[in-house]
Amino acid sequence: MMFLDYFLTSVALGMTFLLGCTGEILTEKVGHLNLGIPGIMCIGGASGCLALKFCHGLPGFLAVIIAILAAILGGAIMGAIYSFLTVTLKANQNVTGLAMTTFGVGVTKYIMNGMAINAYKNYLYALKYFRAPFSSAATGLKYWGIMMYLAIAIAIGAAYVLSRTRVGLHLRAVGENPATADAVGINVTAYKYGATCIGSAIAALGGLYYIMDFMGSVEAYKTIEALGWLSVALVIFTLWRPHISIFGSIIFGMLYLAGTRIPTLLGINLGMSATPLLQMLPYLVTIIVLIVVSVKNKKENQPPASLGLSYFREER
Amino acid sequence: MAKKIALEMKGVTKTFGSVVANSNVDLTVYRGEILAVLGENGCGKTTLMNMIAGIYYPDAGNIFIDGQEVNITSPADAFAHGIGMIHQHFKLVDLFTAAENIILGNSSDERYSITKVIEEVKRIADKYGFRIDPKKKIYDMSVSEKQTVEIIKVLYRGADILILDEPSAVLTPQETDRLFEVLRKMREDGKSIIIITHKLHEVLSISDRVTILRKGEHIGTVNTAETNAEALTEMMVGRKVRLNIDRPLPQNVRDRLVVKNLSMTDAEGIKVLDNVSFTARSGEILGIAGIAGSGQRELLEAVAGLKQPEVGEIIFNRPKKNLPVSFYHKTLKEVVALAAEGKFHYEDGTPVDFTDMSRAQIRALVNGGKVLFNEDDVMDLRDKTPLQIREVGVRLSFVPEDRLGMGLVGNMDIVDNMMLRSYRKSNTAFVDRKRPSALADKVVRELEVVTPSTHTSVRRLSGGNVQKVLVGREIAAAPSVLMAAYPVRGLDINSSYTIYNLLTEQKKNGVAVVFVGEDLDVLLELCDRIMVICAGKITGIVDGRTVTKEEVGLLMTKTDISDEKEVL
Amino acid sequence: MKANTKKFELPFHVIKRSEIPLWKSLLFRVIAVVAAILLCSVLSIFMIEANPFKFIGTLFVGAFGTPARIWAFSKDAALLLCIALAITPAFKMRFWNIGAEGQTLIGALAAVAVIIYCKALPEWLLLVLMFVAAILAGAIWGGLPALFKALWGTNETLFTLMMNYVASGLVAYFLLLWTPSGSSVLGRLNRGHLPVLGHENLLLIVLVLLLTVGIYVYQKYTKQGYEIAVVGESENTAKYIGINVKSVIIRTMLISGAICGFAGFLIVGALDHSVAVTSVGGMGFTAIMVSWLAKFNPLIMMGTSAFITFLDRGAAQVTTTFNIDSSFPDMVIGIMLFFVIGCEFFIGYQLKRRSHDETKDVPKPAITAKVESKGENEQ
Repeated sequence: MMFLDYFLTSVALGMTFLLGCTGEILTEKVGHLNLGIPGIMCIGGASGCLALKFCHGLPGFLAVIIAILAAILGGAIMGAIYSFLTVTLKANQNVTGLAMTTFGVGVTKYIMNGMAINAYKNYLYALKYFRAPFSSAATGLKYWGIMMYLAIAIAIGAAYVLSRTRVGLHLRAVGENPATADAVGINVTAYKYGATCIGSAIAALGGLYYIMDFMGSVEAYKTIEALGWLSVALVIFTLWRPHISIFGSIIFGMLYLAGTRIPTLLGINLGMSATPLLQMLPYLVTIIVLIVVSVKNKKENQPPASLGLSYFREER
Repeated sequence: MAKKIALEMKGVTKTFGSVVANSNVDLTVYRGEILAVLGENGCGKTTLMNMIAGIYYPDAGNIFIDGQEVNITSPADAFAHGIGMIHQHFKLVDLFTAAENIILGNSSDERYSITKVIEEVKRIADKYGFRIDPKKKIYDMSVSEKQTVEIIKVLYRGADILILDEPSAVLTPQETDRLFEVLRKMREDGKSIIIITHKLHEVLSISDRVTILRKGEHIGTVNTAETNAEALTEMMVGRKVRLNIDRPLPQNVRDRLVVKNLSMTDAEGIKVLDNVSFTARSGEILGIAGIAGSGQRELLEAVAGLKQPEVGEIIFNRPKKNLPVSFYHKTLKEVVALAAEGKFHYEDGTPVDFTDMSRAQIRALVNGGKVLFNEDDVMDLRDKTPLQIREVGVRLSFVPEDRLGMGLVGNMDIVDNMMLRSYRKSNTAFVDRKRPSALADKVVRELEVVTPSTHTSVRRLSGGNVQKVLVGREIAAAPSVLMAAYPVRGLDINSSYTIYNLLTEQKKNGVAVVFVGEDLDVLLELCDRIMVICAGKITGIVDGRTVTKEEVGLLMTKTDISDEKEVL
Repeated sequence: MKANTKKFELPFHVIKRSEIPLWKSLLFRVIAVVAAILLCSVLSIFMIEANPFKFIGTLFVGAFGTPARIWAFSKDAALLLCIALAITPAFKMRFWNIGAEGQTLIGALAAVAVIIYCKALPEWLLLVLMFVAAILAGAIWGGLPALFKALWGTNETLFTLMMNYVASGLVAYFLLLWTPSGSSVLGRLNRGHLPVLGHENLLLIVLVLLLTVGIYVYQKYTKQGYEIAVVGESENTAKYIGINVKSVIIRTMLISGAICGFAGFLIVGALDHSVAVTSVGGMGFTAIMVSWLAKFNPLIMMGTSAFITFLDRGAAQVTTTFNIDSSFPDMVIGIMLFFVIGCEFFIGYQLKRRSHDETKDVPKPAITAKVESKGENEQ
């Protein structure tokens, strides 16, 4: 029973990673390493909360939809800023991404701290709609709400688009070899903007889910930055494949909770001090995957070839 | 001939800045015909074709397709008119399969289905006799397979005028035969094919007509059946032009760099050097002639230690003969040991024998410069890195083809670029900028480099000045071998002559100069000997003073080397 | 998506600048900063209902209002500068070390570990040991990603990023180990204090200034610095003149990590006398901005680190004066960074009005780009 609860909760937590990771995959597939994902996830949560603050009193399901739309909008705006700087203005992607994170976390803090306690209550009523249909379950099953199915659907959808459609083919071509894509008439800039904005919107949903659903607390924004970086790590762990990241996110969820859950589960006392070590696991695993992938040097498992590079048609 | 004209160019001119790439060129292709466009490197073949393919836009002139004047401003326009070009450098996404590459960028409203594409690809392949696996990834493919993908890509898009830029440059003879087989089938199918080439035997074996370009101008168009290799060569290279480059007779010629049976394959598994043997001698200029990409670059990089050949020897004879022993050896022990091996002689040539002498006597003789080496040092350079080559004391200078990407650092100033070779010299942890700075001043002054100051970054200099900086630095290292790859490419006449004079100066100083060039007139007037390389093989080493332009031209395009020209 | 829509062309086209006069590049940056401050002022009207002049005034009061504030400002700027100095050689080499946060933290952890485990040592020896331990720890943290990068080309951006979290995990672990109550809060340690030089922050500032000069000299006047520049500019050239690129990568990252470790040592020995997961507080990331904005020039970095610290402390004052949330500085810095990052484009590129003839003349250089990249791969 305890293990089941651990598993169910891990799957639910994993959805945060899954959404962040799917968004980042889309962005990386067009050749942009977006280190602003943690900030964007924060913004997603904040936009949702903010929207509900203004839409107090709406019927529950409508409130949920409005929160989702707000998060998508917030994420897309962040994505647009990032794209404008890195695609149009050809700014350094690492530097821009880090600035996005600084900015996103700052804005989120401002919005969240501005929420009075009563505003906090305002959206709690939406929680049970978020968590439908199991909102009253005693175990981790209670988290298995609509956002979770949405996350999985988005991941499968992204995997389908990337591997089975013309748009996906063009998108991957842009990330692999923008000059070739340009030469065959693909609008490189449009694809870069499109994928980055959609990816950011998806990642923002991850933040919304974590704050408003899984944690159900305005305070949750404080831990989201670390989750954001883990989402970026998950991209490597799953080798840029959204459908694999469904399983990867569950593993990351289990690893993330391992520190608090495993000792009680096994009925042994590792001592409190073991918790941080167990919490390091996802990062260590990612490092190992990163090394193994680079040593094996299999073409399919490498980052998109133009990742991190600005494309300038007249480059000489 | 009642054939229909497919494409016609009239009076097409294209300039880049002050360089005229094409001047008033006419060209006609019929339906169901293979037209060869023949010319040397830089004669404007590719530029001309790029105008049909929508990559460049002509400054003047008109293009007609099926008798209608058309305006081609982009590759998409070209496709719309049924024109497809297969570039020399493939535009493929490595990670994708053949089929995925073939439909890339296609924007039909049809539902995306890779299985349908695969079927269509197979249909095209069967029709013309291509061998292709549509599901194979590009990175697993040989060059010839990649080329097949490019051709099918163009056919899939419905092209009926195909332009192939040097299609056989990267193929083996067997693969070339197979390609030609396919091209003939396409011709039978009514397609028009333009093939850019400089290989005469290919022109003769595949084309119906030949258009010859030289220095951007249309020299003539002839029916292949009515011409021969000699006539085409003459049209291609033209009459000899006198340049009046000073060429003194070589003095004190000695074998300096000996390369034996060198073979090397590149990352893609193509043999880029095939059993190359030659000797570069001190006091002379050895020219290397050949079509660009025949292995010149690889050869020089292998000698410089930048690439590792699989087979062969690179031997350097370090000049020591008649030099004082004290110049190289400081410890008495070393000197005595070498003397016992009979390595030394006195100025008058008598052998040195230290057996009965005291240490003081020996020291006096050696330090007095009386004891000389009687032979050069023989050193093996193969598998040594550039640093190791320098550390064993070989002064090998190399002016690479890629000036700003390899020879110099574009964002650094002239002084810092001067340091590249010499910054390690002092024993301190700090770099000494005094000497490089003085050298920079000297190079700027003596080679007349046009620059605001020696602290200007090299990227901001013009091509000729960049090259002067690079050559100036390489010569300043007082080399015993100087290799220069296309040192005058992109330079104006005056700068070019400066470079020729510098090379001749070095030759007079006893340096073994290796000069890779593309202009035959220059090679014929500058070099003492000319080595011709074709597809990684040496097709002949000839005397620069007696050989004719046509002879070199024929050697450059010869793939069959059974009747090898006698090696000098 | 939009890919298949008719091609849309801007009324001007972008070309790369070959050179830009210094005054012009400075002007662009000043315009960006002014624009950003204006935007922040406008925001402040809505957020704090204060007029922009008051807002800007408060920024200055917050940073330099009292001697104590000036000291605090100098201390913050110096520490930030120290970390920025650390990553600069790596960035100059185009090695994206975004792990300064972790490298500094692990250095601080190592220094604290020395204090905790070597209680019997005399103070001076303790300090020496702390210094050595911090530097070694930082060097290992920086050297590992470099080793894998050099051997197998492992992506350094992600590797160094992950190492940050491993470092903070280790800090959390040791804190639990060292605080039996499980509070995880290590109080101010009373050993291992660097000597006080006049003011308690003065020694730190002096050390960092010395380091600034040191790094400046290292980059500009030493052979190693020269090699770093060559490797960063062109690996091909580096190979051509016989530089061992792999060893330069590893060596540079060892140095970069070691200086981060030194920053960690300063945090423990001169400032906090303690360590916590938040000891570095994001400075490892901010330092990237400091270094990048200064174009990796240590002397200019003194200015950029002062500038960012000014915004941080000034905006913090705004939050207290106008009683708004403490997150305000982050937003101000974020906005400022967007503008400054964006303005780099106008320094590197130029917009040219597109006349009809020009469009014709511009060769579609997809081909050139392809050829270039092919050339690089051959190496």
